[in-house]
Amino acid sequence: MEYGEIIKILLMLAAAPLISGVISRIKNNLRLRRGPGIFQPYFNLAKLFKKEERFSEHSSWLMKVTPYIVLGSVLSAAVFMRAGDLILLTFVLSLGRFFLALAGLDPASPFGGFGSSREMFFAGFLEPIILLAVFASALSGGGAIEASSILAAAALFLATLAETSRVPVDNQETHLELTMVHEAMVLEYSGRSLALIELASYLKQAIFFTLIMLVLWPFLVSRIGWYLLSLLVLAVIVAFTEVSLAKMRLFRVVDFLFFAGILALLAVISAALGV
Amino acid sequence: MLNWEFSFLIDPLTVLFLFIIITISIPVIIYSLGYLSGKYSRRKIIVGQLLTLAFIVSMLLVVSVRNTLTFLVCWEMMTLMSYFLVMFEAENEKSIKAATIYIVMSHVGAAFIAAGIFLLHRYTGSFDLLVLRSAVLPAGSGDLLFFFFLIGFGIKAGIVPLHLWLPYAHPRAPSHISALMSGVMIKVAIYGLLRFVFFALGIQALWWGGVVVLLACLTCLVGIIYALIDNDLKTVLAYSSIENIGIIMLGLGAAMIFVPLGQPALASLALVAALYHLINHAAFKSLLFLGAGSVYRSAGTKNLEKLGGLINKLPWTSAFFLVGALAIAALPPLNGFISEWLTLRVFFLGALAAPAGLKVIFGLCVATLALTGGLTAACMVRAFGMTFLARTRSAKAEQAKEGPLTMLLGMGLLVILLIGLALGAAPIVDLLAKVAASTAGLPVQTFTLNHYIVSLPGASLSPLLIAATIFGALVLTVAAAYLFFGRPRRVIVPTWDCGYYQLTPRQECSATGFSKPFRIAFSFFLQPSRSTQKIKDSHYHVRSLTYESETAKIFRDFFYLPFIGGLFLTARGMKRFQAGSIQIYLAYILIVVLVLLFFAGRF
Repeated sequence: MEYGEIIKILLMLAAAPLISGVISRIKNNLRLRRGPGIFQPYFNLAKLFKKEERFSEHSSWLMKVTPYIVLGSVLSAAVFMRAGDLILLTFVLSLGRFFLALAGLDPASPFGGFGSSREMFFAGFLEPIILLAVFASALSGGGAIEASSILAAAALFLATLAETSRVPVDNQETHLELTMVHEAMVLEYSGRSLALIELASYLKQAIFFTLIMLVLWPFLVSRIGWYLLSLLVLAVIVAFTEVSLAKMRLFRVVDFLFFAGILALLAVISAALGV
Repeated sequence: MLNWEFSFLIDPLTVLFLFIIITISIPVIIYSLGYLSGKYSRRKIIVGQLLTLAFIVSMLLVVSVRNTLTFLVCWEMMTLMSYFLVMFEAENEKSIKAATIYIVMSHVGAAFIAAGIFLLHRYTGSFDLLVLRSAVLPAGSGDLLFFFFLIGFGIKAGIVPLHLWLPYAHPRAPSHISALMSGVMIKVAIYGLLRFVFFALGIQALWWGGVVVLLACLTCLVGIIYALIDNDLKTVLAYSSIENIGIIMLGLGAAMIFVPLGQPALASLALVAALYHLINHAAFKSLLFLGAGSVYRSAGTKNLEKLGGLINKLPWTSAFFLVGALAIAALPPLNGFISEWLTLRVFFLGALAAPAGLKVIFGLCVATLALTGGLTAACMVRAFGMTFLARTRSAKAEQAKEGPLTMLLGMGLLVILLIGLALGAAPIVDLLAKVAASTAGLPVQTFTLNHYIVSLPGASLSPLLIAATIFGALVLTVAAAYLFFGRPRRVIVPTWDCGYYQLTPRQECSATGFSKPFRIAFSFFLQPSRSTQKIKDSHYHVRSLTYESETAKIFRDFFYLPFIGGLFLTARGMKRFQAGSIQIYLAYILIVVLVLLFFAGRF
């Protein structure tokens, strides 16, 4: 791999928190609040990186190594996305999630355990949606915008909401015990470890946004101007979605994901028919 | 007429299976030296080891004999040896029940295989596999033979809905035997399918592949859903074996679709994917069963609800089990990922070449495979987490400590094998391509660029590069964190308890609790029912609470129990003929002789 690629991926890592900053800014403005600036995620990260880490007395080495594995796996997912292997990408992302779910169980906290259970529950249903969307775009060749690519992108968008733990599946803003999913899983993390995990989720969000564009219309990714514009558009859509919907009950999420799966299947059917 | 000679058929397929059986058996035997010691009497250990050796030898014979009758004999020997081994703890009622279910179902399977073999003999006049291959069968006879072999070998392999014996028998046997049964024996059944359907019959119709793919999808999903909700560590692994057989069958089914479609390259690739997953599963499932054996031996239980916190008490076993869990969850860079990637690529590539209807079916296969993968990850998080992480939930498991060195050595060898299977993907794919070609009678295809890169049209896979990237990213992360922010300052604190009161192990997420969302999501299939019982001191204070949750075993209740009921009903009806009077029996003999005389000329 060339150095240029590495620099691009590191740039993506550096810029990824900005997307969340923009989304949260738009959300706050839509709710007629002022809210923090778009660079707030960086301040949070900087603060967390400097702080000490607190580990539960019941936790093992697994909890200490997990943050590095999570960020490492998301970074290599970015590499594999640039290399064009989307199957590999989804499997590498699962690697990070696997360790994160184990780390949720490690400190013997009831929150962490149930967070892990729910995260793996969503993940199980998300994987077929993502791979079906990728399958549809591989079938249609992925040149121009077609019915199949729009359907696949829509399915991926719903999957992205779930993957990035956003309303209506999860809620990043809450720390109310009963409603957390992803946040519950990482509840025991603090300091540098938490910063690494958050950084990884920012990058994962950027990866998923890029994946949507790749499936919808690869042209969007080829030019930096179009890419940034599409990121912004996606951020606006996500913000509007989050503001206008309420979080679902856990078991309604199955219906939500089932709907996304049906969309992805329709994408495959229309790709098979050539429309 | 019965030219029964004892000769071997040594071709690439046989060599592959001999290799698998031997490579898995050696670590398992090493492990068993430590596992059995101190647990059983000396005499029992000797009997057990002799039986194990006979079991391994019979499997070696099954995959290497040339005569189909000899095959049948060796197949029976394999079944009997494993039957005795399932009953190893015969003082336990459950072992006897499991072994009985196993032997009965195995014999139903053997009957189908025997019927197939004798039908083949009827058509060709030969028991020789090589003669059978070149013989031309009468038109339309293939379908029946295919069904006989599919059912016969399907029972042994544990294809849903013929899987019923597997979750009973595999967990009951001693762990090293479970490892052999799940890791190797059910693969021998796949060998049977390959040998008789691909090699002897040849793929004669497109719908054969359709049937296999459909059964495979069913097997994957049913296997993993049951694996997710069971609370016995070894039963979880047994159900997961069913699921993995499903993945192997998906590859086989795809190959059976591509052969009649006239796509030899894709058919070879599908067979390669199936065989690769077969080897992988042999390696990681035996590792996991051995790990479960270590847990059982040291903690005295394999109930997930009573384990926990073993990661500090069994550091080596937990590390080995983690590697196995990562591999079976198809996570890169380990070997399970490689075969799953290949299987997915088969469907991706196949869809480009197939007609529109098949494209959608392949899409559904991809979705099934992905769903299975996601659920497997959840299942393995649960199995590993409940066993090794958090706090220990029973007094017995508190005392756990690592077993003898031979046990660790056995597992360690398998871990090395896993890593080898992951990094050596390209040479392995090359070898498997040759096996696939010779078995299915296809031209040899090359799916590799060089010794390091697997290369398919439109995609390539370099396991070394993947491993390097992931480790590189990991090292980069650690290095950057230490470089910019120095050594982390770590403080050990109690787990967050909402400022309430001291948490106890009972407040952790339990194994049943972990699988609750899955039970609800799949309630249409599992039909869970629960009962709670509260004993109250007063209106406000509950003294004790019993919670029971049960799921319906659909296949047992709607498929097997009615069947067994019918059998007993028929038997009761037949009882009337058994009056015990000698005159009536003589009359029966007379009637039979008359009937035979009457029909004698017609056969």
